[in-house]
Amino acid sequence: MSETEIDEETGIDTTGHEWDGIKELNNPLPRWWLWCFYLTIIWGIGYTIAYPAWPLLSSATTGVLGYSTRAEVAAEIAEYEARNAELRTALANADLTTLPENPDLNRFAVAGGAAVFRSHCSQCHGSGAAGAKGYPNLLDDDWLWGGDIDTIAYTINHGIRNETDPDAHWSQMPAFGEILERGEIDQTVAFVQKLSGQEHDATLAEAGAVIFEEQCSACHGEAGLGDREQGAPNLTDAIWLYGGDADALHETITYSRFGVMPAWGQRLSPSDVNAVAAYVHQLGGGE
Amino acid sequence: MANYIKLVALGLVTLFAAIAANWARDLAYQVHALIIMAVSAGMFVLVLRNTDEPKPLVDQNGYMDGVIRAGVIATGFWGCVGFLVGVVIAFQLAFPALNFDWAQPFANFGRLRPLHTSAVIFAFGGNALIMSSFYIVQRTCGVRLWGGSLAWFVFWGYNLFIILAATGYLLGATQSKEYAEPEWYVDIWLTIVWVAFLAVYMGTLFTRRERHIYVANWFLLSFIVTVAMLHIVNNISIPVSIFGSKSVQLFAGVQDAMTQWWYGHNAVGFFLTAGFLGMMYYFVPKQAERPVFSYKLSIIHFWALIFLYIWAGPHHLHYTALPDWAATLGMVFSIILWMPSWGGMINGLMTLQGAWDKLRTDPIIRMMVVSLAFYGMSTFEGPMMSIRAVNSLSHYTDWTIGHVHSGALGWNGMITFGALYFLTPRLWGRASMYSMPAINWHFWLATIGIVLYAASMWVTGIMEGLMWREVDAQGFLVNSFADTVSAKFPMYVVRGLGGVLYLAGALIMAWNMWMTIRGGEKVVAPVATPAE
Repeated sequence: MSETEIDEETGIDTTGHEWDGIKELNNPLPRWWLWCFYLTIIWGIGYTIAYPAWPLLSSATTGVLGYSTRAEVAAEIAEYEARNAELRTALANADLTTLPENPDLNRFAVAGGAAVFRSHCSQCHGSGAAGAKGYPNLLDDDWLWGGDIDTIAYTINHGIRNETDPDAHWSQMPAFGEILERGEIDQTVAFVQKLSGQEHDATLAEAGAVIFEEQCSACHGEAGLGDREQGAPNLTDAIWLYGGDADALHETITYSRFGVMPAWGQRLSPSDVNAVAAYVHQLGGGE
Repeated sequence: MANYIKLVALGLVTLFAAIAANWARDLAYQVHALIIMAVSAGMFVLVLRNTDEPKPLVDQNGYMDGVIRAGVIATGFWGCVGFLVGVVIAFQLAFPALNFDWAQPFANFGRLRPLHTSAVIFAFGGNALIMSSFYIVQRTCGVRLWGGSLAWFVFWGYNLFIILAATGYLLGATQSKEYAEPEWYVDIWLTIVWVAFLAVYMGTLFTRRERHIYVANWFLLSFIVTVAMLHIVNNISIPVSIFGSKSVQLFAGVQDAMTQWWYGHNAVGFFLTAGFLGMMYYFVPKQAERPVFSYKLSIIHFWALIFLYIWAGPHHLHYTALPDWAATLGMVFSIILWMPSWGGMINGLMTLQGAWDKLRTDPIIRMMVVSLAFYGMSTFEGPMMSIRAVNSLSHYTDWTIGHVHSGALGWNGMITFGALYFLTPRLWGRASMYSMPAINWHFWLATIGIVLYAASMWVTGIMEGLMWREVDAQGFLVNSFADTVSAKFPMYVVRGLGGVLYLAGALIMAWNMWMTIRGGEKVVAPVATPAE
C-alpha cells in the first residue's frame, strides 16, 4: 500500500490506495450533485405526504391531496358522460330511420359509432371497414342480411350464428362433401362460375345446373341471386366473402362456411349499438 | 478419488436425461434432455480419459486467464448473434411478411423476441460481466482466482444455460415473464451456476493480498448477490410434471406482476447498471491511465444506488391493478435514484481530467466516454419516464423500447466493446489491436446506429402515445390501434437500419478480434503474475 501523494495534473491528494496501478483522488462530492440529491429527497418526502404512499398494517396513507388514479379517470369519464347524457339518451331511444333529420344527434351517432367501431369492430372488419376474407366489406351495397339501418342495428345487437344470443341471425350451409360426389361438386363449381360470369367448362356447368336446382336454389334462389332472409349470398356478382375462384368455391361447397359475429348488444350500451349502426349505414352502402 | 465421484454423478445425470428424453411430455423438454444427455456423456468420457493420468502442471501463482479468454470470445460471438436477431425482429415489425410461413412457429416474432433480449442481455452482457469480473477481481486483489477449475464450470455452465434458454424459446417453452422466460429446470441450473460464480468471486476476495477492496468489486459483488436473490424469488414455480417444461407460478395476479417487475427493474439495476459500473470502474481508469475522480463519490453513490434501486420496480405498473401507494413509492424512489446513478457517470467522466486529449487519439477511450454519456442520458430519461403523468403517455409505446436501447446499445454495448478492445491484446499477448482504424469504424457505425434507433423510437413512441389518447370534442376516440401501427411504419424502417449499422460495427469488431488473436508476434507473456 502506497502513501498519499499529490496528483500532478489536478493538484489533488490521492487516497493512498492502489490496485493494479489504479489510484483514487480525494476529491469531495461535487456540490451541485449533492444539492440535487438532497433536493430530490426533500421533494420525495413532500410527494409521499401529498399522495398515497406509505404502507401501513392493513391499508396505506392516502395522501393529503386525496388523489387516486381511479377517481381521476372516473371524474374524466363522468365529465364526458354528463356533457353527452342528453344526446346519449336520445340516441338510445331514437327512431333510426329518421336520424338524418336531426343533424346534432346524427353527428353524435356517427362520431361515436366510428369510435366504437375502431375499438370493437375493426379487428375483423378492418379499421376502414373494408373487411377481409371471411369478414364482409361494409363499404359496398352488397348485404348478406339486409342493409337498411334497422336491420344493421339488429345484426349488431344479436350477431350472427353465435351461441350466446337466441335471436342471432342463423343459417347453415350443408357441407356438400358429405352429400355430393366429387365429380358433382366440380360440376356445381362450374355452374357457379357461369352464374357469376367467369370462364367455365360449359359441359360441366350444364350438369351443374341440375345439381344447383336441386341442392342450392332453395337458399340461393333459382337465379342465384341469394336470399337475405337466410343470409344466403348473391352468387351472380363479383363480390365473394371467401373467394370466387375454382379452388375457393370447391372448398366452400365441400366443407361449407360458418362465419360468426358476436351479439354486441350484450356488451355495448343501446346507444352505442345505434351509434355503430348509424356509422356503418352512412359508410356508402346503406339502404 | 474426486474423478470417481464425478464419473458416478455424470453417469447418473446421463441416465436420468435419457429417461427424461423418453418420457418427455413436450418437444422443448425432450430436446433439452437430449442436449443434457449428450453433454454429460461427453463429460463422462472426458473425465474417464483423464482419470489416473498424470495431471499437467499449472502455474498456481499466475493469474487464471484461460477462462477469461474463453469469455472474451463468447462475449464477441453472442453479441453478434444477439444483434443479428435484433435486426431480424426489427424488420419483422416493419415487414410482417418476414414472419415466413415455412419457419412457423419457430421463427415468428413472438419466439424470436425473447431470443433477442436474452441473447443480448444474458449471453452478451452476462458473458461480458463474468469474464470481466474474473479479470478485475484477480488484478485488483493481486491473487489467482479461487476454486481452481470452478471458474471453468461457471463459464461452461452459464453458456449451457444460454443454449437451453435459447432453444427453449424457439421450441415454445416459456414461463411468459419478461427477461425471466426460461422454464423451471433451466432456472435451477442457472441457480447452481450462479452460486458457483459467487463462490469463485467471494473466495478470490477473501484470499486477496490488497488490504482494501477496490470499488469495482463492490459493484460486481452487489450484482452477483442481488441477481441471485432476484432470480430465485421471481422464478418460484411448481412444475406440472417432472418430465415436462411447463410450470405454474407461485404468485398470482398483481402479486405476480409486482414480483416480476421488482425482478425486471432490478435486472436493469443490478445486471445492466451495477455490474457494468464495476466494469467501468476498472477499464476507464486503466485505459485513461488516470486516478478515479473521487473516492468519496464512489462510496456515497454506491450505497445510495443499491439501496434505492431495489424499490423502483413498481413504476413499471402505473395505472394498473397495483395500488396507488406502491406506484407512488416506485416513482419517488426512481426520481431520488437520479443523482446516485449520475454519480457513476461523474466519476467515470471526471477520471479523464488531465487526459481529455486522449479522446482525439484513442478510439477506445472515445467508446467509453460515449458509453458514459448514454448512461447519463438513460438514467435521466428513466426517472423522468417513471413520473406518473409522463408514464401515462410513454407506457406501452415505443418510447420505452427506445429508452431501453439507448441504455443497452449505448451504455452496456459501448463499455463492453471498450473492455473487449482493452482485453483482447492483453490476454493474447499482443502490442495492440490488429487495426485501430477498424475500431474507429466500429465507433462511428455504432454511434450513428444508436442515434437512428433512439431518435426513431422517440418519434414513434410519442406519436403513438398521442394517437392512443386522442379524443374528439365529445370524448370519442379518434384513432384505431391499427391506425397507429400503420403510422409507425417509416420509423420502424429507420430503426431497423440503425440496427444494421450497429450490427455492422460489431462484425467489424469480431473480425478485428479474430485478426488480433490469430496474427502478430507475442510481445508479453500471456499469463501475468500477481503483484506482490
